[in-house]
Amino acid sequence: MSAPAVLPTLQPASPLAAPITTLTYVTLGIGLAVFALVTGLTFYFIWRYKHRGADGEPPQIFGNARDEIIWMGMAAGILVFLFVLTWITMNRIDPQAGQDGTPDLIVTGHQWFWEADYPRATNPAGMGVVSTASEIHIPTGRKLLLEVGSADVIHDFWVPQLARKMDAIPGQGNRLWIQADKPGTYLGACSEFCGAQHAWMRFKVIAQTPQDFQAWLARQAQQAAPPPPNQTDIEDGAGLFVRQGCGECHTLRGIGARGHASQGSVGPDLTHFASRGIIAGGVLDNTPENLRRWLKNPQAVKPGVRMPNYRLNDAQLRQLTAYLETLQ
Amino acid sequence: MTTAPVPVETASAPLSRPRNLTRWLSTTDHKDIGMMYLALGALFFLIGGVEVLIMRLQLARPGNTLLEATTYNEFFTLHGTTMIFLAVMPMLLGFSNYLLPLQIGAKDMAFPRLNAFGFWLTAFGGIVLYLSLLEGPPDAGWFAYAPLSERPFSSSLGTDFWAAALLMMGMGTTLTALNIIITTARYRAVGMGLWKMPLFSWMVFVNSFIIAFALPSLSAALIMLEVDRALGGRFFQGGGSPVLWQHYFWLFGHPEVYIMVLPAWGIISEVIPVFSRKPIFGYEFVAGSTVAIAVLSFAVYAHHMFAVGFARPVNLAFAASTMLIAIPTGIKVTNWVATLWKGSIRMTVPMMYAIAFIVQFTFGGITGVSFAVLPIDWQLTDSYYVVAHFHYVLMGGTLFALLSGLHFYFPKMTGRMLSEGFGKPAFWMITLGFNGVFLVQHALGMMGMPRRVYTYPDLPGWGALNMFSTVSAFVLGLGLVLTLINIVISWRIGRVAGDNPWQAWTLEWATTSPPPKGNFVRLPPIKSSRPLWDLAHPEDPDHQRPTRHDQQGKGHIRLEEKDHEQ
Ligand code: HEM
Ligand SMILES: [Cu+2]
Repeated sequence: MSAPAVLPTLQPASPLAAPITTLTYVTLGIGLAVFALVTGLTFYFIWRYKHRGADGEPPQIFGNARDEIIWMGMAAGILVFLFVLTWITMNRIDPQAGQDGTPDLIVTGHQWFWEADYPRATNPAGMGVVSTASEIHIPTGRKLLLEVGSADVIHDFWVPQLARKMDAIPGQGNRLWIQADKPGTYLGACSEFCGAQHAWMRFKVIAQTPQDFQAWLARQAQQAAPPPPNQTDIEDGAGLFVRQGCGECHTLRGIGARGHASQGSVGPDLTHFASRGIIAGGVLDNTPENLRRWLKNPQAVKPGVRMPNYRLNDAQLRQLTAYLETLQ
Repeated sequence: MTTAPVPVETASAPLSRPRNLTRWLSTTDHKDIGMMYLALGALFFLIGGVEVLIMRLQLARPGNTLLEATTYNEFFTLHGTTMIFLAVMPMLLGFSNYLLPLQIGAKDMAFPRLNAFGFWLTAFGGIVLYLSLLEGPPDAGWFAYAPLSERPFSSSLGTDFWAAALLMMGMGTTLTALNIIITTARYRAVGMGLWKMPLFSWMVFVNSFIIAFALPSLSAALIMLEVDRALGGRFFQGGGSPVLWQHYFWLFGHPEVYIMVLPAWGIISEVIPVFSRKPIFGYEFVAGSTVAIAVLSFAVYAHHMFAVGFARPVNLAFAASTMLIAIPTGIKVTNWVATLWKGSIRMTVPMMYAIAFIVQFTFGGITGVSFAVLPIDWQLTDSYYVVAHFHYVLMGGTLFALLSGLHFYFPKMTGRMLSEGFGKPAFWMITLGFNGVFLVQHALGMMGMPRRVYTYPDLPGWGALNMFSTVSAFVLGLGLVLTLINIVISWRIGRVAGDNPWQAWTLEWATTSPPPKGNFVRLPPIKSSRPLWDLAHPEDPDHQRPTRHDQQGKGHIRLEEKDHEQ
């Protein structure tokens, strides 16, 4: 898809992020002016009043209360101006109205991946909701309400081009609005230190036209396709998934794996695994080769990850990979 | 080129008093303790520095594999903790201990043995922290956010060692602070009213109140964390509130920033007047704004928590208080700059560090204001922009002030001058290195790089800027090594300094270098904040200026103004 923005905090793609960029320019402009004044005067004074071998001491100047008050007044003026801009901007990018309804999207931080659930899109079989990991799809042109939470420690949801950032705190559902103007892929990352693999808790927000999004949602709402007949590797892979106990942690609607219902899921929902571009919080692109590497020893790819090494043999790796790659 | 004032050689105390190990271990002299704090701080600065150089190597390239994820996390936990509690704070306490009694004309601290105890608590705290290496070092960050720091997510004993170490060091620092408060309140020389105290002593005095009020919050939090970890408590986990930890932690942690920076400001406020040959501009404002900052430092703490999802009024209140604190801070900067005005400026090494301090600290202060502009914080907090900001304040500010103070006071402490020949190249390496490391990190933050990541993907520009940062870090490190060499060599064979090599005006320069036990044989009369000026200029003493806020003092003007027109 589109290339990642080089300076995402200054290249907003959302009416909820653009005012922050403007505010950044204003603040940095004022800041640089103040900085230039202070350093300019400093260096000017050093140059102008450098000791040039004259004897005796310079005039002893003790201060001037009037000057001090003028400086304070100027500083206060600048700060009041910035405060007013701050207030206005906050109301624009994080409106409080309408934040108490059902969210469009529930995003949950896990060590170390992001889960996205679509509570309004219950699937026909009534088996849970649409749930995806590391890739969050949204329709363009509409303000969406997100609820951000956490299943374990504190994380932080950050997509610089689309919205403010928001901490994901266990036991607390924080809400924020998000919106994308144009279809595209926007990079996001966990921004609060959350343990060993904080670095690989990245994600993508994929903004689609409302039609494309609806189509995507409808497909995600379906159960996983049964393995096609007469393809032994794939069939064996499906069987292996159940026998190895992958379903202890992963949900895979269609073959009865439901994760750890009590704790929320520990691992990502795999029902439509193959439709995703990245795996394991962005460590790897989702290719059969990478998938095999991952299954062979997740700990080697992402040390500390909460998925054990099953010590699968080559045949098992081939079968599982083949099966998972069919889960469009 | 300018030259430093020629040191006046006077009959002075022997350059080095006989010493042996037991003497150091049992000393209660505030000057010995001060120097031990400085040595302790330097040692741990070295350790924290090596840790960070390894971290920077890991970050030099995207996807690097020099360090494992967990190892990196342990390194930055140790680096942060070490730099704050074991390098910067001890060095500042070292200066405070060494200088405060001298500046106020006291013989020693009020409670010399308590003073020694405070030092040893800090030193043992450091040992405890590093003993954790045997059990697996702490890895939850120096801020140890719950629940990541709770047993289920951080199961090694590292975090317990960390908490124990911080409790010990906190206790030591608090005792020292109380000692400083009492010393300042009770043991000032005859004639030295509060408003005649040198600015360094002023700031250290006020600072001690911040310490006394801030550290209990940390201690309470640490004990609660241990109740959770060791006894299965539920303060911050399992139905408790993870955000509560942050309230406790930052109620300590933000004042802590000022705890580190106030003595640094004190040093700058001593150095700039001496090398501009003028009194500080606006003494009362520089001193008084310190009190405002001390109070406000507690009122701004939640600006570290703008992303936790507070209600709008809470966020706005903390944004406002944070902007407010910029005013007294700005007062200080403007007064330092105004002190240069019409001075007779000597660019010695201490002065060069002080100037670099002003520039870098101002920069860090301005990016600080950009966080008070709250939506910018919502974008940039916990990114590398923050790392850049606080290093501009803590390193570009505090550390540069410490280096300024080191070069300024080394002659007093050792009786010998540091070499300017080493000092100047070292200064340039440190300054260019420092700015090289951290300036680009502002950009990295804006490019979306979160902090506390052990590696990062190969996005456009990220690798190059990180590499630049890493290379600069080594330039910086080299400059610091050069400084260390300078210290070692000059201590042995440096030029003999005499009592008052810089012709400064405060009391510490009225005794020998190094000062004898008991500090002063005889104190000069103290009638103003510059007793040595009064002594040297009987025709124009400070205390006879009718209105001190008058534009200019009498006496020198006519003659000097001409000199400066040339
Ligand atoms: C006065 C000296 C210094 C102090 C007080 C200091 C303090 C700190 C603190 C408090 C942290 C945060 C740790 C955390 O957030 O977990 C940190 C992180 C860091 N520091 Fe320093 N530091 C100092 C010197 C240096 C130097 C000399 C360098 C590099 C040349 C450096 C590079 C870093 C890096 C790369 C990080 C990790 C950033 C991250 O959290 O991702 N620091 N430092
Ligand atoms: Cu995270």
